[in-house]
Amino acid sequence: MAEYTLRVFRGDAKGGEEREYRVQAAEGWVVLDAIHAIQREQDGSLACRWNCKAAKCGSCSAEINGIPSLMCKTRLDALPPGPIRVYPIKTFPLIRDLVTDVSWNYEQAKKIQAFTYDPKIGDQPFRIRQRDVERVQEFRKCIECFLCQNVCHVLREHQLKDHYFGPRQMIRLAGLEMHPMDIADRAEMIWQEAGVGYCNITKCCEEVCPESIRITDNGIIPLKERVIDSRGLLRVLRGLVRRRTG
Amino acid sequence: METYDSFEYDVLVIGAGGAGLRAAIASIESGASTGLVCKSLLGKAHTVMAEGGAAAALGNMNEPDDWRVHFVDTMKGGKFINHPRTVEIFAKEAPDRILELEKYGAVFDRTPDGKISQRPFGGHLYRRLNHVGDRTGLELIRTLQDKAVSLDVHTHMEVTLTRLLLDDGRVIGAFGYVRDTGKFVLFRAKAVVIATGGWGKMFRVTSNSWESTGDGAAMAFFAGAQLKDMEMVQFHPTGMVWPPGMKGILVTEAVRGEGGILTNSLGERFMFKDEYMPEQYRGQFAEDEAEARRWLDDKKNNRRPPELLPRDVVARSIYKEVQAGRGSPHGGAFLDIRHRGAAYIKAKLPSMYEQFHRLGDLDITKERMEVAPTIHYTMGGIAADPETCATTLPGLYAAGECACGLHGANRLGGNSLSDLLVFGRRAGLAAAEFAKANAPGKLDEEQVEVETRSLLAPFEGGNENPFHLHSEVQDIMGEHAGIARTTAGLEEGLAKMLAVKARLPNLKAEGGRAYNPSWHTCRDVVHMVALGEAILRSAAERKESRGGHWYLDYPNESDEWAKKNVTATFVDGEVRIGSSPVPEMSPELKALFEGKK
Ligand SMILES: Cc1cc2nc3c(=O)[nH]c(=O)nc-3n(C[C@H](O)[C@H](O)[C@H](O)COP(=O)(O)OP(=O)(O)OC[C@H]3O[C@@H](n4cnc5c(N)ncnc54)[C@H](O)[C@@H]3O)c2cc1C
Ligand code: SF4
Ligand code: SF4
Ligand code: FES
Repeated sequence: MAEYTLRVFRGDAKGGEEREYRVQAAEGWVVLDAIHAIQREQDGSLACRWNCKAAKCGSCSAEINGIPSLMCKTRLDALPPGPIRVYPIKTFPLIRDLVTDVSWNYEQAKKIQAFTYDPKIGDQPFRIRQRDVERVQEFRKCIECFLCQNVCHVLREHQLKDHYFGPRQMIRLAGLEMHPMDIADRAEMIWQEAGVGYCNITKCCEEVCPESIRITDNGIIPLKERVIDSRGLLRVLRGLVRRRTG
Repeated sequence: METYDSFEYDVLVIGAGGAGLRAAIASIESGASTGLVCKSLLGKAHTVMAEGGAAAALGNMNEPDDWRVHFVDTMKGGKFINHPRTVEIFAKEAPDRILELEKYGAVFDRTPDGKISQRPFGGHLYRRLNHVGDRTGLELIRTLQDKAVSLDVHTHMEVTLTRLLLDDGRVIGAFGYVRDTGKFVLFRAKAVVIATGGWGKMFRVTSNSWESTGDGAAMAFFAGAQLKDMEMVQFHPTGMVWPPGMKGILVTEAVRGEGGILTNSLGERFMFKDEYMPEQYRGQFAEDEAEARRWLDDKKNNRRPPELLPRDVVARSIYKEVQAGRGSPHGGAFLDIRHRGAAYIKAKLPSMYEQFHRLGDLDITKERMEVAPTIHYTMGGIAADPETCATTLPGLYAAGECACGLHGANRLGGNSLSDLLVFGRRAGLAAAEFAKANAPGKLDEEQVEVETRSLLAPFEGGNENPFHLHSEVQDIMGEHAGIARTTAGLEEGLAKMLAVKARLPNLKAEGGRAYNPSWHTCRDVVHMVALGEAILRSAAERKESRGGHWYLDYPNESDEWAKKNVTATFVDGEVRIGSSPVPEMSPELKALFEGKK
């Protein structure tokens, strides 16, 4: 047993404050265990979102000592000594305590044309090489924790949610576009509606991804190249000019 | 009087794990207006945690697999108290459901000739688990989620339903609250599908997610539906034991499927001990360690290692080794996969590698893991018709882990994910059909008022901490309804559980209604106590040992109990236990066992 001090944000959309809790932790405890201990012993109304406690569902995103992380994947004994600050992720509206309203992400997802295969294939099972599925599988590891959305400066600092779907949806799109059996053409949509051009490859998203998906290198950059190929360089340039001036 | 929002659909699907999503897809595709409710965000349900794969006899691995072999394996694994017709439908339809998933966009691992790759798993004679590394559940749920969204499903996320609404015995909707506001909500529907998953959270050492508190089964139970075989709870042989914070987290069976070996503190590969080999599997497993080693590279000419016996067998063997003083330092067994080499391990078991590395300070390519049994799955549940998933209540259907019929006394690994697809679809189709054939029922407001009062009671002066009560339930279940059961233990457990039940009216929620975990836990505890009582009573009823039910006072399988399912119903506030005959196999199915049983 070791004692830890946690400073947890408490509040809702109207405002809030940091509150301090002391927790006795067993070996191997993660931040989520400490939050649960607070709920159990000190304040049952402390709100947090979680499901699996195994880094598989992407529910427990928070900012721990300022670093966007999964609470269930962050060991207490791996953090620097001193109080541990636990805050909700910042880019999405606060509901209560550590819980934010991430519904925007689900709204964007609806706008993406689903996987579409050639109807001529009919009932035939697909034949695909392992090599070809691997590229796509990387993107499909995404657990929708939205930590990348949380740090992407286009969404976080510039609040351009009306213009850019964010890295999570970019890799969803990459996964569809690179799926060997998919025949839909999403190029125009990726450029216009999803706003891939807003990404300027800062790679902050990659740094926080708990699934270590190479969001920019393997996803967004090839996606940009594809879109530019299919739309023609000229139209892209025209779009850029319009955006600068518009 | 409290106000509530209200919605109306032809079909209401409660639960958005694999079963609920597949049901919603089927219902929408049959033209029914469909509402989908889940208590978490979409895509986060327990299904997301599944690792090893989905079993379906596609026969892609050059082995003579087909639905008949899958049928036989599943009946054997379930110790013959499964509903044979349910198993038949399952084994026949699973391949189509997997291939269909691919058409929805799922991306499975491939064989060298480009087909879906299949891996070996406990209790399956051939390689049968369609998989994506060790994150098959994520692939399945995300695929179904995207498909359902593309069909414009009406989703209500983070809504907890707490009561089924009845019109003269027919289910006509459900009532509950919206998590982020705490406001009440009512759904009216011509038919309702329950797909709310299992109740592994009733135990402390569990691989299950937060959601697995048995809400759906408890709601159906309270509404009058029959539950079956509640005593059948599955211990997965390999959960993490160290560090304590990680106790119970699953170590996928795929580790053994990929060649992982179990050893005790003496270094013995104990699964080879003769005493652990059940009669019915004798001769089907590798004779010695040399054959097991050869099997790694030549599956055709060698038999599987005994680490791949069904879960109940392996879990009991580990338990016995520990009891005999041959356990690992933290009370389990060693699981060793090092011999497959770092590159192979990282490719085939990436999230296991990561899990131990991150959470257990252990490199599984260099060190042995320590594992012990953990609660994993609930075979019992709402009695459901094989063809339609209809429950004993008109208008109510059940599919997925909350339903009972397919797995008997022990589920085989990989059979749940395909269960979700096969019976999720069937439940959705049948519910949509029922909705077409029936007018909406009549809602009497009284039920809503009663439920409103009951939900708000924890704000009115109780003094029981719901988290502590939950913890007491876990202690009771762990101590008295665990892997080895006795009459005295079950009786003591029941007495304790009834004492907890008496304290339920005093539950206390702290704070307000908006996103309040203590308030949510209050209702979870009510559900777990009801199902816990049903488990303890059902366990005492089945006077034999079979599958997940290991009863020390009756250590053997009995011919009499081989023919019975234990039933539980809730009548006038009391749990009533009975039994019903296991349905007969058709002559064609019986013939599949000729000379094999
Ligand atoms: C770690 C782990 C690994 C596994 N690996 C495998 C595997 O490899 N192969 C395999 O076949 N099986 C595996 N299983 C088992 C399998 O994952 C589950 O049995 C299966 O996913 C259950 O699916 P379901 O659709 O029935 O329910 P769940 O996925 O549990 O979904 C339940 C849904 O119901 C909702 N719900 C619950 N209560 C309420 C309520 N009161 N109001 C509204 N909504 C509610 C939840 O929000 C959720 O959406 C594994 C299980 C675990 C824990
Ligand atoms: S690389 Fe692009 S998507 Fe990622 S954080 Fe930077 S701008 Fe956002
Ligand atoms: S891409 Fe990574 S960081 Fe972004 S949502 Fe998915 S898992 Fe999370
Ligand atoms: S609780 Fe599922 S990712 Fe943390």
